[in-house]
Amino acid sequence: MSSTKQTQSLEEVTIRFAGDSGDGMQLTGTQFTNTTALLGNDLSTFPDYPAEIRAPQGTLFGVSGFQIHFGSTEIHTPGDQCDVLVAMNAAALKVNLNTLIDGGAIIVNTDGFSDKNLKLAGYAQSPLRDGSLDKYRLYEVDITKLTSLALQDLNLSSKLVDRSKNFFALGMMFWMYNRPIEPTVDWIYEKFKNKPDIKEANTRVLKAGWNYGETTEIFKVRYEVGPAKLTPGKYRNITGNQATAWGLMAAAKKAKLELFLGTYPITPASDILHELSIYKSFGVKTFQAEDEIAGITSAIGAAFGGALATTTTSGPGVALKSEAMGLAVMVELPVVIVNVQRGGPSTGLPTKTEQADLLQAVYGRNGEAPIPVVAAATPGDCFYAAVEASRIALKYMTPVILLTDGYLANGSEPWLIPSMSALPDIGVPFRTEKEGFLPYLRDEKTLSRPWAIPGTPGLEHRIGGLEKAHLTGNISYDPKNHEFMVRLRDEKIERIAHDIPDAVVEGAASGDLLVVGWGGTYGAIKSAVTKVQSRGLKVSQMHLKHLNPMPKNVETVFKSFKHILVPELNLGQLLKILRSKYLVPAVGLDKIQGLPFRSVEIEAKIEELLKGGK
Amino acid sequence: MSTRVNEILTTAASFEMPKYSSKDFSSDQDVRWCPGCGDYSILAQTQRVMPELGIPRHKTVFVSGIGCSSRFPYYMETYGFHGIHGRATAIASGLKVARPDLSVWVVTGDGDGMSIGGNHFIHLLRRNIDVKVLLFNNQIYGLTKGQYSPTSEQGKVTKSTPQGSLDYPFNPAALALGASATFVARTLDRDPKHMQMVLKRAAEHKGTSFVELYQNCNVFNDGAFFQFTEKDTKDDSLVLIEHGKPLVFGKEKDRGIKLDGFTPTVVSLKDGQHSVNDLLVHNERDTTLSFILADMTYKASLPRPVGIFLSVERPTYEDLMTAQIEHARAKRGEGDMDKLLNSGDTWVIS
Repeated sequence: MSSTKQTQSLEEVTIRFAGDSGDGMQLTGTQFTNTTALLGNDLSTFPDYPAEIRAPQGTLFGVSGFQIHFGSTEIHTPGDQCDVLVAMNAAALKVNLNTLIDGGAIIVNTDGFSDKNLKLAGYAQSPLRDGSLDKYRLYEVDITKLTSLALQDLNLSSKLVDRSKNFFALGMMFWMYNRPIEPTVDWIYEKFKNKPDIKEANTRVLKAGWNYGETTEIFKVRYEVGPAKLTPGKYRNITGNQATAWGLMAAAKKAKLELFLGTYPITPASDILHELSIYKSFGVKTFQAEDEIAGITSAIGAAFGGALATTTTSGPGVALKSEAMGLAVMVELPVVIVNVQRGGPSTGLPTKTEQADLLQAVYGRNGEAPIPVVAAATPGDCFYAAVEASRIALKYMTPVILLTDGYLANGSEPWLIPSMSALPDIGVPFRTEKEGFLPYLRDEKTLSRPWAIPGTPGLEHRIGGLEKAHLTGNISYDPKNHEFMVRLRDEKIERIAHDIPDAVVEGAASGDLLVVGWGGTYGAIKSAVTKVQSRGLKVSQMHLKHLNPMPKNVETVFKSFKHILVPELNLGQLLKILRSKYLVPAVGLDKIQGLPFRSVEIEAKIEELLKGGK
Repeated sequence: MSTRVNEILTTAASFEMPKYSSKDFSSDQDVRWCPGCGDYSILAQTQRVMPELGIPRHKTVFVSGIGCSSRFPYYMETYGFHGIHGRATAIASGLKVARPDLSVWVVTGDGDGMSIGGNHFIHLLRRNIDVKVLLFNNQIYGLTKGQYSPTSEQGKVTKSTPQGSLDYPFNPAALALGASATFVARTLDRDPKHMQMVLKRAAEHKGTSFVELYQNCNVFNDGAFFQFTEKDTKDDSLVLIEHGKPLVFGKEKDRGIKLDGFTPTVVSLKDGQHSVNDLLVHNERDTTLSFILADMTYKASLPRPVGIFLSVERPTYEDLMTAQIEHARAKRGEGDMDKLLNSGDTWVIS
């Protein structure tokens, strides 16, 4: 399709789609994202949805949003603020207006501003009429009516007609940002191939939305966002949860082991289970257990049997698994424990993101129970973090915690597709030699014990959660042996520091300020640091992927900077660890709103520190 | 798929199984139960049955939770896993699903299996994973020194219930049946022959086997089952249920169980009003009957049923999973990771 209107070129844009949780905003956002990715833009997304599956229509707490930031430049975050807000009703406008930049565009579905809608959203009068939106560019479109007009000859139920209206909004946005509708049409055809009514309705409405942009007078300009200069190669769009699932599968393949997932559904981790349960032909075994505890203990049983065993959960689930994690430490079996962090404590904010489980991961068990901790930095990085967590687990015969979070899990980015041959091989030396076998014999270098799986003749042995005698693994209450074993298990984990890459300093190797982060805040910190660097400030970034043990160079890096800032979505958990471990006067920047950082928040803190600190 | 586990199994396939004796299943560890504990008999009968199963030691795994009974795996010269409280059934589930080639046994107690592990227990049974569960029921917490357990009789005076317990006890056999178990049996620590028969049948059953073993704790609950195990009383207090046989009991074999509607009642075979032909004949493949028999358990007017309540076939979880995997591979071929990574919408940046 071609257009006759004026086109303006932009470097980057942030759009937020917002509507009722039943309005299909996540689908709309995902379709816009996929098409945008295909055009070669760099992008980052942020689905922001309520815990309720179908909250009462038109209410503030039922608003579901999807934000996408895309551009012809490098994109690290879903955007601090949006340039365009698509609001399907009054509540969606009210909840999201504070995310819109001054002068930004609002496209509203006027049908969603009835007296009832206004009342539910808490508006005394219509914001469309009272001048409160004067500083924005307001576009009023009766999307509901236009949708039903487009479908009037099809004789569809009003429910079905109503459900198609998100495609009208999508069509308009495709037109406005010069994106083709064909990928979405293909998707509709595939998705609804057995439901001709819906297939026809959605396709028609999508086209109607596009044509509406093209032919009506209300939109004077459309925009062009050229492809980004990314590293050459083949790309796909990927979410964090999908990347985690594929990373685990890739690790199993590299280790020549079967992947076993023992898990219990929990938001926002369930999509890893959904994803892995598809791949039966890869020999992946998914076991949806009766609870979180059975999730991890079944995984431990599978690990005893020689599988690459994993369990996936979120914070409350980790709390339930912690006794079993101690068991895995004691029996020294490899298990990858994935924690897709969400707002806590308790049930907390199931669909919102937070980084408040770091101390739980590093310290949260009874007894001295050291466990390596790996954290992913971006959605695509979840793949590599999962491979790395598996590698450490198998090589050191230990449970490993992989931390991601709700923001990474549901967010997506263009991802340079790796080749399996480029990933490191993961050696798994199952013990088969009978001569000299002892269950708690140690590899001199790694200190790991032999993995002797049932089915191996002559290596029959018993393991368990009671303290083990060194080498034999027999039960031992000997005081000296206990201290020896506690120190040995600790040393085993500490030694992993020799087997992980140095932490990377992005920017100059020394300077006035080092911003240290971990996990899903990478993009926001990267944006902030890049901006202040361009203004000449001597600021660098170091993002930790290994949190226990930490890379060996961390201490040296700290010595090269005058100040250390640690932004976190918690009350300063990494900060506490760094201060106690390295005795550095680092300062924190904490945000605990269930939302990711805006890069401007970090930028402001950097400026404040450098002004006050100089 | 060629995995490292398969490589080991292929090598191990040439293993020539020796003619085992019960001693071959005895590990080098000192047995540390209290002298006189019923566990000794269960260990001995298990070690006696093992050589008859035709399964090599290295293919056998004993998994346990926490409690006196859970020390069991240390004493078996097989693979063993002493887990955490209540979770043996979950550990065993993961092991068996990952490794259907293994013979997996769970040893648990009335506290471990019915209380803290009650949830995993019922879910194992409904899934019908081929795991053999031996529940040592002594109606007391032994390892923590004498609190009442979920199978203790109501009103039991213990350290934690000085005025008598308020809890009504679980009937493990009925609980197992309620959870759709496919094999449910009860036997006694003081009847070695019967126990060996039951253990053998449990081992041969394809699917989850649940065996409740009445086990005397001579320190904290001595004599809990003497009524059913001691010479003077057992014949009048216990009825052996055997497939295809009428339910007869009593020292003189002079009484029987007759069904009055769905209600079992005791009838005399001597009073001239009933003969053995009137008696209930056990059918271990009848699920409805199994409930009726298990329900006799705590009824004072009825003898305690012992034997195999139910033995029926249902596909196991791990077989169904293997079938799904094989079906997927037959349809789509062995999964290719590179293909997967490159699937769907992709684009090239040059």
